Amino acid sequence: MSKDLSATPEIPKEDGRPKWDNKFQYILSCIGFAVGLGNVWRFPYLCQIHGGGAFLIPYFIALFFEGIPLLHLELALGQCLRKGSIGAWNTVSPYLGGVGVGSWVVSILVSLYYNTVLTWVMWYLINSFQEPLPWSVCPLNANRTGFNKECYESTAVNYFWYRKTLNITPDIAESGTLQWWLILCLATCWAIVYLCTIRGIETTGKAIYVTAIFPYLVLTIFLIQGLTLPGATDGLAYLFTPNLNTLKNPRVWLDAATQIFFSLSLAFGGLIAFSSYNLPKNDCEKDAVTVAIVNSMTSLYASIPVFSVLGFKATTAYWDCLDRNIMSIINEFDLPEESIMRQNYTSWISFLNSSHPEKIAGLKLKSCDLQEFLDQSVSGTGLAFIVFTQAIILMPGSQAWAILFFIMLFSLGLSSMFGNIEGVFTPLLELQIVSKSTPKELLSGIICLISFLIALCFTLGSGSYWIDIFDRYAGSVPLLVIAFFEVIGVVYVYKIKRFSKDVKWMTGRKLNLYWQITWRFISPLLLLIVFMAFVALQMLRPPSYTAWNPKYEGFPMKEEKVYPPWVQAICVLLAALPCTCVPLVALFHLIKQKRRSKDTSLVSAEVFSCQGANSNFPHPKE
Amino acid sequence: MLRALLLILSVVAIAHAELCKPDAQNAFKVRISIKTALGDNAYAWDANEEYLFKAMVAFAMRRYSSKSTTQISNVLLCNVTDRVSFWFVVTDSSKNVTTVPGSVVEAAIRMNRNRINSAFLLSDKTLQFLKITSTLSPPVEPSTPVWLIVFGVVLCLIVAGIVFLIVSGIQKHKKKNKESTERENLEEKVEVTVTLENGLPCEVLDLKAGHINGVFPADDERFTSL
Repeated sequence: MSKDLSATPEIPKEDGRPKWDNKFQYILSCIGFAVGLGNVWRFPYLCQIHGGGAFLIPYFIALFFEGIPLLHLELALGQCLRKGSIGAWNTVSPYLGGVGVGSWVVSILVSLYYNTVLTWVMWYLINSFQEPLPWSVCPLNANRTGFNKECYESTAVNYFWYRKTLNITPDIAESGTLQWWLILCLATCWAIVYLCTIRGIETTGKAIYVTAIFPYLVLTIFLIQGLTLPGATDGLAYLFTPNLNTLKNPRVWLDAATQIFFSLSLAFGGLIAFSSYNLPKNDCEKDAVTVAIVNSMTSLYASIPVFSVLGFKATTAYWDCLDRNIMSIINEFDLPEESIMRQNYTSWISFLNSSHPEKIAGLKLKSCDLQEFLDQSVSGTGLAFIVFTQAIILMPGSQAWAILFFIMLFSLGLSSMFGNIEGVFTPLLELQIVSKSTPKELLSGIICLISFLIALCFTLGSGSYWIDIFDRYAGSVPLLVIAFFEVIGVVYVYKIKRFSKDVKWMTGRKLNLYWQITWRFISPLLLLIVFMAFVALQMLRPPSYTAWNPKYEGFPMKEEKVYPPWVQAICVLLAALPCTCVPLVALFHLIKQKRRSKDTSLVSAEVFSCQGANSNFPHPKE
Repeated sequence: MLRALLLILSVVAIAHAELCKPDAQNAFKVRISIKTALGDNAYAWDANEEYLFKAMVAFAMRRYSSKSTTQISNVLLCNVTDRVSFWFVVTDSSKNVTTVPGSVVEAAIRMNRNRINSAFLLSDKTLQFLKITSTLSPPVEPSTPVWLIVFGVVLCLIVAGIVFLIVSGIQKHKKKNKESTERENLEEKVEVTVTLENGLPCEVLDLKAGHINGVFPADDERFTSL
């Protein structure tokens, strides 16, 4: 790498397209995009509820038959066609341009809400610099006679999340007001994203070194710390003890397939964008396998510290429960202190029950069961902002751990955001609407500004309900549909024989049987099954959500509510909008073709080929 | 004489026993957890500690109301258990065989809670007066919330980074434009006329950077001095 790289940002290659500084940057970007928050807070949860170690069986089967083939397909496509998602699919066939547009729309929708999750992480991060941590104590009520009622009835951690961070409304229909502290953090997050993506891959390529590698460092630190905590082994044993009976439940297989699919960030168009900046003669097959395996290994690696910490938290809660019971007994019977310890608690209880059963019954002791505490499984934001923060308070040096944890989450999310933004940015650069003289900085600035303004609605009181909706509807079903059309499009429209020749030209090896079979039959079939099962399951469940309502009788339990009709309409719209791009664009193109005169021929997909487009590249081997 | 003394003593003892018993009027239960508070440095609860407690209560009563003439003997302890917990009442020295109203005792103890706690090296949680609630101290709040400071620092760094990148981008853009126009100008000229001097182009000769030849003497040394 010569020093000129910093002086001339775009080394114009023969086709004027920017490229990665080195291969490592490209691989790191793909890994950073794939490895995200879900690896930390969704995979361990799935492992736990689906029979521990036994979950790895459907997970690796899904990886082998669905994850790796689709990943290879996307990387090869982008590398061959050297365009973003919209341009690439337009090149494959103008009738398939809708697939690219659908990817682009999904990337926009996901970027909007994903950065708001990062806003919450940033808010917790900057609050971690205080002593004591603000989520460890309840604030006092107005006349200082006790604690704030809402906080006292739930926990300090819950109160800080629902009231001090989100200021959540009890219902999605009540929008509440804009929370100014969240707006500030949102602006900061979008400013950081702008700073890192200001010139496309030239700047993200530098930033990715930090954001992709730093989480691994922190995970290792947490791993070492977590294993030294008391109760860590209980948590790990609980996580990994295989229960093969769960494999009989089809839900487990569905969850494994969807987890692999969403974890690898397929069908966003970001991977196509990344690989389009590669040199065409690059081994995309090895890249795909590498990225997929690193992603899965990271999930496994992350689940170890997560479960050590959860085991520690469960053990501490169990000890607290025991201690409270012991204290009540000691106070009631006026026994000397430390006469009942945790070890002889059960023998004392049985002795006292036989001698003074009414007194024991009058104490209303809670039954303390370690298994019950371990069973409390949470995923998603609940894991990070409620469960983990509670565990961090119990560790010595809690501020350092909190800061490390939230910086790690922020880096994980930021590197995924790069991929999302690239999926939006690259196709826009190639569309004719943007003139060549517009500087990249302006375009990325406009994208970030518009996204920030739209994302302001997630900072309302009801914002987190809306983010759940976006996550459930915009970030799930459309991706499955787009991926299905991707595979069908490449295999049956572009024709797999031609694609095999292109891949052979790029990698130097013939496509082996594994790729042929998975691309032709297995992956599309699997995608179809997963899609139908997923939609069926969503239909079975009524579209409901759980709301945090302090006035609810069952408080601090969350209240089950059903979405009002207008919200349900928005859900359907979010899911349908990217999917309808596919037939709409095909229809639009069909009409355009019919209107044109009959003798202008279609830009046939047959004419285009990978090798032909890249003929101006030197061929050292030939 | 002796018999009369014994009678009076027994009456007083019975009266005291009447005044101080669990759930008596104006009596308070105290619960002390020394081992929880001090761990290995725990002291044993004995008669001396009880004496100190009585002294502290009397002190609290005197401090609360300047008119009060409470003596240590006015504070009665009873039902001391292994826990350690006991009941106490404060008798009125002016009126015989009556106890000071509970509200007065409560107010007095509340006012001096800190002093009582520190006399025993305990806290509100480990020296509990059941039925007397303690005012909770508010958490320490700095004048500017710390998070705003951290946030300000982060934001300044980011804005500086963005401005730097934009400005450098504009500068490179201008340099690239200038270079491309210069290249165009050069290519337009077919011949470049160069003035030569001694076979060397004039621009190479830097007429200003000359060296003084030390062989030749300086001007003012040509003439020998007189």
